[in-house]
Amino acid sequence: MYKNILLASDGSEHALRASDHAFHLASCNQEAVVEILYVINRAHAKSSTLQNWNSPEGIDVNEENRSAIELKAKKADIPYQVTTLEGEPGPTIVEYANQGEFDVVVIGSRGLNGLQEMVLGSVSHKVAKRVHCPVLIIK
Amino acid sequence: MEVQSFKESWFINTKGDLLSGTVVALALVPEAIAFSIIAGVDPMVGLYASFIIAVVIAFVGGRPGMISGATGAMALLMVDLVAGYGLSYLLAATLLTGVLQIAFGIAKLARFMRFIPRSVMVGFVNALAILIFTAQLEHFSGAGWVMYAMVIGTLAIIYLLPRVSTAVPSALVAIVVVTAIAFLTNTTVSTVGDMGEITKAFPSFFLPAVPLTFETLRIIFPYALGLAVVGLVESLLTASIVDESTGTYSNKNQESKGQGIANIITGCFGGMAGCAMIGQSVINVKSGGRGRLSSLTAGVVLILLIVFLGDIVSQIPMAALVGVMIMVSIGTFDWNSIKTIPIVPLTDNIVMVVTVITVILTHNLAIGVLTGILLSSMFFVHKISKVHIRRSIHGNRMMIYFKGELFFASVTDLFHEFDYTMDGAKEVVLDFSEARLWDDSAVAVLDKIIRRFEDQGINAYIIGLNKLSSDLNQKLARKLDNH
Repeated sequence: MYKNILLASDGSEHALRASDHAFHLASCNQEAVVEILYVINRAHAKSSTLQNWNSPEGIDVNEENRSAIELKAKKADIPYQVTTLEGEPGPTIVEYANQGEFDVVVIGSRGLNGLQEMVLGSVSHKVAKRVHCPVLIIK
Repeated sequence: MEVQSFKESWFINTKGDLLSGTVVALALVPEAIAFSIIAGVDPMVGLYASFIIAVVIAFVGGRPGMISGATGAMALLMVDLVAGYGLSYLLAATLLTGVLQIAFGIAKLARFMRFIPRSVMVGFVNALAILIFTAQLEHFSGAGWVMYAMVIGTLAIIYLLPRVSTAVPSALVAIVVVTAIAFLTNTTVSTVGDMGEITKAFPSFFLPAVPLTFETLRIIFPYALGLAVVGLVESLLTASIVDESTGTYSNKNQESKGQGIANIITGCFGGMAGCAMIGQSVINVKSGGRGRLSSLTAGVVLILLIVFLGDIVSQIPMAALVGVMIMVSIGTFDWNSIKTIPIVPLTDNIVMVVTVITVILTHNLAIGVLTGILLSSMFFVHKISKVHIRRSIHGNRMMIYFKGELFFASVTDLFHEFDYTMDGAKEVVLDFSEARLWDDSAVAVLDKIIRRFEDQGINAYIIGLNKLSSDLNQKLARKLDNH
């Protein structure tokens, strides 16, 4: 029943877990395609640079997780495509999801870091509230 | 993350760079003037510095798209030097700052910036924000309601205009509007011109007029060292912010050398030492600036503004400048650090607050950073110096399990609190499989504990030492206090 699946990802561990469920959903339908949507938010560069000051530079954990997601899709032999957008995660995902013809949006319940969530509010909550199609939030 | 080629770093984004550079130049003018006033020098010293540093960094910097110029962090460090010895010594210190920064870059020390604890970096930007803010307060002393009204009006335009349109930088509109109002209503308020003459001329080359003696070096060295450190901390932090916001990587050692070269040239043209500017760089990237051309444009447009529109610039009321600087301080402060106080470890919060307080008391960001690093090292040592001990009896054997790091800071407590009671057991086994001996103090204390057991006629055995710890123990055991 779910053919066009949108997997919203920020490259976090939670997103990695959400991808398992998205690919499982896709495996139930021969024609299913998963679109992996990465939203890169550069608006909070100062606070996030300060936040990650002591993590080694040049090692981008998120990028590793991103390729891990694509590797999973390849292993499970699920057709997928990747879209990368820049902007505020919540509104960007909502806009993209509502423009396209998606049957379901899969998203992790939490994102890159708990600190930002406390400040900015939960992205998954915004998505669940404003996206028109069904939303699967993975805890 | 990728590194751009040199050609790419200049011409990949020509239109965006020209535009954003112009926006930045307009925002640089009031800041350069305001930072000169903080340092206690003529506005021209800061304006020339911003012009030369921005232009030179465009060619020699390591982070395309980053904006450097006269900054508040550096200005604050110069106050005493300028007040005590005058401008010439500041220029000499600026040259020396450049030399130190080049040495830093050649020695490839930039990666050690990442060793500065996060909480110290947060304290750095917060302290900087607070000092920029408090430096504005003196402009209110003895001022009438007109001053307050103008500052509030400036801030209102700065923060409300972007809701209507973001085509023109709101700080610029605020300055133009407030200046126009002051001019049209003929209000007598203090203006930029009152702070020092705006010379409508390009800077010229001259070496600082200081005696080339050891005494001069003794005077300027402490200031130059502080300026070099603070300049690099802010520059490399800003470079990382630009990395993050553009998704590209940059060469931090190159940037360190570039900052040094820029400061040396600035010092030869009558400009004060500067560094990268967090706020301006963010404005530049947000306005579409990505390449070296943006920094070059910012510098060139800035000097053209001064040379051709200097008369108008000197008519800008101080109130408008104060308003802009209040905005800069609000933008510099890391508000995220306030919201996250409840979830960040207490010791991190203490380090952050102590860093801020130290800077506010000393007006010296270098001392603040040093204090913060020392304090957080102490917290770190304290945290890992807890050794946990568990005891259990098996027949007539007492097992004592150690868990943690044994080194000079942790063994004193361990030794004084050690429990020698045997509860009837006849021998004791000290298990170190979850512990590690780090230094001679650890071995010495281990010796003492064993000896105390042996004095009671109890055999003590050591098990579970890992390779490194047991090598150390074999080398030192029973040799340390036999004299």
